[in-house]
Amino acid sequence: MDAKVDLSVTEKSKIAVRDLNFYYGSFHALKHINLNIPEKKVTAFIGPSGCGKSTLLRTFNRMFELYPEQRAEGEILVDGENVLDKRLDVSLIRAKVGMVFQKPTPFPMSIYDNIAFGVKLFENLSRVEMDERVEWALKKSALWNEVKDKLGQSGSGLSGGQQQRLCIARGIAIKPEVLLLDEPCSALDPISTGKVEELIHELKSDYTVVIVTHNMQQAARVSDYTAYMYLGDLIEFGPTRDLFMKPQKKDTEDYITGRFG
Amino acid sequence: MTSLTSLDPGRLAMHRKRKRVNVVALALSLGAMAFGVFWLIWILFETVHLGLGGLSWQVFTEMTPPPQAETGGLANAIYGSLMMVGLATLIGTPIGIMAGIYLAEYGQRTWLGRTTQFINDILLSAPSIVIGLFIYAVVVSRFKSFSGWAGVLALALIVIPVVIRTTENMLSLVPNALREAAYALGTPKWKVILSITLKAARAGVVTGVLLALARVSGETAPLLFTALSNQFWTSNLGEPMASLPVTIFKFAMSPYENWQQLAWAGVFLITLGVLALNILARVLFRNKH
Repeated sequence: MDAKVDLSVTEKSKIAVRDLNFYYGSFHALKHINLNIPEKKVTAFIGPSGCGKSTLLRTFNRMFELYPEQRAEGEILVDGENVLDKRLDVSLIRAKVGMVFQKPTPFPMSIYDNIAFGVKLFENLSRVEMDERVEWALKKSALWNEVKDKLGQSGSGLSGGQQQRLCIARGIAIKPEVLLLDEPCSALDPISTGKVEELIHELKSDYTVVIVTHNMQQAARVSDYTAYMYLGDLIEFGPTRDLFMKPQKKDTEDYITGRFG
Repeated sequence: MTSLTSLDPGRLAMHRKRKRVNVVALALSLGAMAFGVFWLIWILFETVHLGLGGLSWQVFTEMTPPPQAETGGLANAIYGSLMMVGLATLIGTPIGIMAGIYLAEYGQRTWLGRTTQFINDILLSAPSIVIGLFIYAVVVSRFKSFSGWAGVLALALIVIPVVIRTTENMLSLVPNALREAAYALGTPKWKVILSITLKAARAGVVTGVLLALARVSGETAPLLFTALSNQFWTSNLGEPMASLPVTIFKFAMSPYENWQQLAWAGVFLITLGVLALNILARVLFRNKH
């Protein structure tokens, strides 16, 4: 697969991936990826299991570095700065590029502290300011009305959908610019999924959102741009409508019409 | 059942066979359980029965008596046990927890981590008398005196591997997704460990400490060559110190009735203490899960 795929995107890009290669030990998981992710839009990564879409997402905040056998080569420019550059502090990158995972992961503390935890890492807020920030994040993630009377209770007492929105609130409370969502709805029921999707729609006015999903309908519903990946290659990338209505590549068409995958 | 008879006879035969096997397996496991519980209850019954007889207020207020004395108690032994077990736990717990953190969070794939794990496993299963003799050789013979401190050290050496093992196991049970979520916020590693993983594993870690405490409070062998015993009251850890297990050992083997009775009272007190610790550990663990 060759590199010239991002021609259709003309908007200002927030993340620019340049000739990215990724390895799990000796396994070559991402092959020469080039991609421009536009600012304040929702970009979806789709493709069959094992195609590398989550792997790609996890390079944007250097999450893979937790595992010594994984490594990335190439450039990922966020606002022109290469986040793969070892000299850049990984904590500051992650403060700017937030992430929400497949399974809801509330921390073992109260709902309030779940949100305050990340904020305290980077800002010294007064009690009042912190209260405001927690309320703001919970409102932003459409959870405020459900939890405002039990902020002191444990986060793990919430339902799965509420926990996931708590994780999103926790992510946006530290005011990142990019939000990475790694299959955020795969553990949720349809109603919770609907709420999270609505939320993603709201979030894009302030954040650049990148979402990995197994669900093509979800990609079509929430995203402005879609990337189709297969076996570590970026096959096609473009505005979601174009990609679903008139895919340029036969592989993409086969996948989205369900003939394969 | 009538509707089931319409089934294929081959299947019915299989089903009956499975049921028979099930009954046999159930009977065998019930029998094994009854065998184990029988002895346990017998031990508890004897302990309570004989221990309660010897128990009086004097047990807590008076020193260990000479043979065939009219009065006497276990006050010095109780104090010595509390002191040495408490200090050993205070010394062993932080070392054990920190080493457990190293093994689970830092040293997992390293040569040093694996070696430490292996040595810790050996230490965990080492007979406690070996540890007593080790402290005897290293501390007692060097300072030319049995002492409470030597007892504390010997007990701490038993606490440490237990706490290391449980801390490591409990931290390994914390799902990696939780660690990743904390790192994704830009949290530094030390803070992820202190505020997230250790907190998530807190109940298990505390349980490990309590179980270690319960284990050393009944240990006799490591105290025999280290703290020895003392007939008199002492709060000086530099001197030989009495303890419940050693006093029980000495008194129970004696032909004197008053000593034997005090031994049973001591057995009862230790059993009660260990039981309380175990129950506490269970309650803590249940609250979490």
